[in-house]
Amino acid sequence: MDHFPTNWGRPRNDTIDPYGTYPIHQRPKDAFSTGIQRTQHPIVTGTSVLAIKFKDGVMMAADNLASYGSLARFRDIQRLHPVGDNTVIGAGGDMSDFQYLQSILDELMVDEFCASDGHTLGPAEVHNYLSELMYARRSKMDPLWNSLLVGGFKDGKRFLAYVDLLGTTYASSTLATGYGAYIAQPLLRRAVEGNEDTLTKEEARKILEQSMQVLFYRDARSIDQFQIATVTAAGVHISEARKLETSWSFAEGIRGYGAQTQ
Amino acid sequence: MEHSFASPSGHPQPHQRHFNPYSENGGTILAIAGANFSVIAGDTRQSEGYSIQTRYAPKVFRLTDKAVLATNGFAADGNMFVKKVRQRLEWYRHAHSKDMPIRAIARLIQTMLYARRFFPYYVYNILGGIEEDGSGAVYSFDPVGSYEREACRAAGAAQSLVQPFLDNQIYFKNQTPAHGTSHPAHLPLDHVLELVIDSFTSATERHIEVGDGLEIYVVLAKGSTPQVLDRWQGVTEMTTTQDGERMFVIRRNLKRD
Amino acid sequence: MTSVFSPPGFNFSNQSRNDFIAEKGIPMPKATSTGTTIVGCLFADGIVLGADTRATEGDIVADKNCEKIHYITESIRCCGAGTAADTEFTTALISSNMELHALSTGRKPRVVTAMTMLKQMLFRHHGNIGAALVLGGVDATGPHLFTVAPHGSTDKLPYVTMGSGSLAAMAVFESSWKPNMSRDDALQLVKDAISAGIFNDLGSGSNVDACIITASHTEMLRNVEMPNQRVEKERQYRFARGTTAWKSEEIRKLVVSEEVILLAGGDEMDTT
Repeated sequence: MDHFPTNWGRPRNDTIDPYGTYPIHQRPKDAFSTGIQRTQHPIVTGTSVLAIKFKDGVMMAADNLASYGSLARFRDIQRLHPVGDNTVIGAGGDMSDFQYLQSILDELMVDEFCASDGHTLGPAEVHNYLSELMYARRSKMDPLWNSLLVGGFKDGKRFLAYVDLLGTTYASSTLATGYGAYIAQPLLRRAVEGNEDTLTKEEARKILEQSMQVLFYRDARSIDQFQIATVTAAGVHISEARKLETSWSFAEGIRGYGAQTQ
Repeated sequence: MEHSFASPSGHPQPHQRHFNPYSENGGTILAIAGANFSVIAGDTRQSEGYSIQTRYAPKVFRLTDKAVLATNGFAADGNMFVKKVRQRLEWYRHAHSKDMPIRAIARLIQTMLYARRFFPYYVYNILGGIEEDGSGAVYSFDPVGSYEREACRAAGAAQSLVQPFLDNQIYFKNQTPAHGTSHPAHLPLDHVLELVIDSFTSATERHIEVGDGLEIYVVLAKGSTPQVLDRWQGVTEMTTTQDGERMFVIRRNLKRD
Repeated sequence: MTSVFSPPGFNFSNQSRNDFIAEKGIPMPKATSTGTTIVGCLFADGIVLGADTRATEGDIVADKNCEKIHYITESIRCCGAGTAADTEFTTALISSNMELHALSTGRKPRVVTAMTMLKQMLFRHHGNIGAALVLGGVDATGPHLFTVAPHGSTDKLPYVTMGSGSLAAMAVFESSWKPNMSRDDALQLVKDAISAGIFNDLGSGSNVDACIITASHTEMLRNVEMPNQRVEKERQYRFARGTTAWKSEEIRKLVVSEEVILLAGGDEMDTT
């Protein structure tokens, strides 16, 4: 039992004390010990976001987990957020920074609505706004610790682009953040590159679902529950949370890690 | 983000790891000036570490009909810098009803870079285009604004592979001319385009961050004929004004491994 | 007088010396590494191993077509990632010891024997031998597939990947591997896994090598796919004679003196 209330509910510092072996009274200081500084670090985090272009628009997927270090802390967090009728953003990284971004974007959309000038912000504008915001914050050495995907469909055009805490941006027909960039992106590229104009909604959903399954197998900060956002001419649709189907039968045949046979 | 030991006293003292506002996004750019043209090229791969972020992210940008800017280094800084330069050029157009001459753009870029001397844009810039006297020009910059007009320059990840090749083929370094002849001061456009393509296919072979696609901007001085470009595939005209200078872009595929 | 005997165990005094020198600005020479994609998978009749063929020195490609599937015995092969020299010497040493082992026992050696030799050697060296291996083969007890990490830990799984492209390759396995695949399906899967590494990981590139090991036969498929052929150059770079400057010219005969002594006749051709 830890009798020091200041330690309660706070992450153990894995780098210094990976096995929790220090006596409590001299336990190394935790993440909050130096006080909150401008250059913080992510606390409650989301992992990968995946997105692809398909025949009728853009599809995006993210699981529902918000981790607290290596603890699977919140298992029902939504990491996909609609912005207006044509855009969806998905976030990895710090969830408090993401929720702050959501409030900024919601406010922005209200301001635009109040202008009543016949213009609405589409995905390109939202992405540009976010890239300027993220770059400005990194230049103040006070970044918003996120990797964001912005997807959308407006005026008959698909849009899909990335922006992160450094203000780095890029666009592609398949995008993935976090571990997804290493694990899912190869699968997405193989399935989508060159087929952007023929992939149906159903095929696109299958590709994303399979990639989310592989991510769940290999990304230790992921969970088997996810949502899919679809943006087409009909607008933004974010699905209910769905469970992944997984199979572990291959494990039956494995005996040990070396010379063992039984 | 991470804590580590810093223990002059022997005690494990956690200290904050500093946020690093920079990254490095690979790729290579180059520019060559001819007598009455300028060629500015860059590959289109954007990478970080061992990952390809995208196979198509332009590094070469049209500023005016006679000036092209290529940027290389940290992509976020590069894009932001191009955005700010274009903004200044637009203000100039509104004030003077004409495009800024390239030597003035070069000096503008110098001051804009040096203005950030103590939090630099981590970008290597190469500016190419046509001078007011109709000659091809290339200006190259370091991240904090030191610049120079040159006949050719390579920058970026494969600079150390490409620049020696250009020194040999453009400046004829280490080549003795045949007896009674001399090396030409300027090469024809066809020859230059061949050298540019060969530079990039070679850099793609031997540098892991170079590849995917190649964009070559060609700026022709007033009155020069674009017929030379007929033999090249994938040429698109980018000219927007009637000032006389004409601009073209040639797109090529590079290996994707 | 100091002892002529070395203390037991390893002596790491040079390590701190090298760290000190590196800190003062003289880093250790950079070794060629195979920033690599290597894989192996089990199928109905045995094992398929696969590898890309790029070797790198930092961000420069050192070898565009190197061989990363090393010979251990006729029916055991080993893919290597990490420091090129370490993978080559480690596999060569274990190959040699496996041959001696086979000669002394008079039996075909087993995959677990090679695995145990490798892990014990790597563990002994505390990870200082930078070899990350995929070991596969077929022996009297059936097909076996292992990974051996630089510190000596091993894994036994139906499909494995290693190297900088391991995540890309593993994604392909995780989405498509099935138990008891046919030879052709398994080979295609391995090609796809390596290709995922080649096109998505900058540390991997060039061609696909594969090796199919069954109880009766081992088939080494060198460069089974070549999706990255070098394109033809636009110009020819031939230099005219006299291009390179010189200070002085001197032509000498290589044969300074020659004396031909005919021995007693009899060697002449019979032309009668």
